[in-house]
Amino acid sequence: MNTEVIKLTLPVMCGYVPLGIAFGILFVELGYPWYFSSLMGIIIFAGAAQFMAIGLLAAGAGLFEVFISTLLLNARHVFYGLSLIKDFDVTGWRKWYLIFGLTDETYSLLTSLPRSMTNSGVMKLQITGYNQGYWIIGCTLGALFGKEIDINTQGLDFTLSALFMVLTIEQFKASQKLAPFIIAFVVGLAALILISASNMLLFSLVMVLCLLLGQYRLQTRILKAK
Amino acid sequence: MDLTYLVLFILCMASATFLTRALPFWLLKDHQHPLILFLGRNLPPAVMTLLVLYSLKHVTWISGSYGLPEVSSLLLVTVIHLCLKNALLSIASGTILYMLWVQGLLFG
Repeated sequence: MNTEVIKLTLPVMCGYVPLGIAFGILFVELGYPWYFSSLMGIIIFAGAAQFMAIGLLAAGAGLFEVFISTLLLNARHVFYGLSLIKDFDVTGWRKWYLIFGLTDETYSLLTSLPRSMTNSGVMKLQITGYNQGYWIIGCTLGALFGKEIDINTQGLDFTLSALFMVLTIEQFKASQKLAPFIIAFVVGLAALILISASNMLLFSLVMVLCLLLGQYRLQTRILKAK
Repeated sequence: MDLTYLVLFILCMASATFLTRALPFWLLKDHQHPLILFLGRNLPPAVMTLLVLYSLKHVTWISGSYGLPEVSSLLLVTVIHLCLKNALLSIASGTILYMLWVQGLLFG
């Protein structure tokens, strides 16, 4: 047991376990054996996609449709890799596990840690592993005992919103640059109002990337002019 | 109950998810390119800001509770985090406020 990692990932645990339980409950209602819920947590490890799977399984969706909808739903993850390319400098299976486990929450923790903590690579692997552990535990508990769990956890997954908030503050303290926050806030707010909930994040990410690329071109042009 | 279908379904979803996560690592090899370094510095703050907003996607702003529980709890998180600099404490207090509020225990 690594108390440092547990402390860092505790908010993710509070979010993943109840969400996983909710998934497990819905999943076994489709009539499938409980261990497939765990299996999905082990080899898919994507919250939004797994919840979408409930609907697709119930409808008996075609496999091509499943593949394409998952690609579209998770397209945002492409942006996470973009900013981590130089950071995933471990080799072999370790690197592929880090890439496999790149959920919203894992990405947030990994990019917010001070350099000194993530230099080893072991820390990054542990954070990813613990987060997936919480998710698998949730998926399994929900599928096995879902109906008997009678605690009112409504609102507990707010820990994930709160975690993102705290990490935004930490990122600001570390970078001291306002531009990316302002760009993202304005774009995100507009998207929240104008775009449907399911497309909001992907749309905002594409917009933000375009604006950042524009900023980058402007900067390099100014540097060249000097 | 068709378990073959389920297994193929899971494999399809797993490979599509992995593809989205691995694509940049396959396509971009020059780790020291100035643009990659620029994105490494500027994308995470932007993504984090977007994830805060994204987590509010199901809030109804013009009816129901008008997003008051969400916004108030996030403000509490921010204030406590700025004052006490303790991530777990600020996350816990915001979540407790939010849970009490949405479960009707605060303004019963």
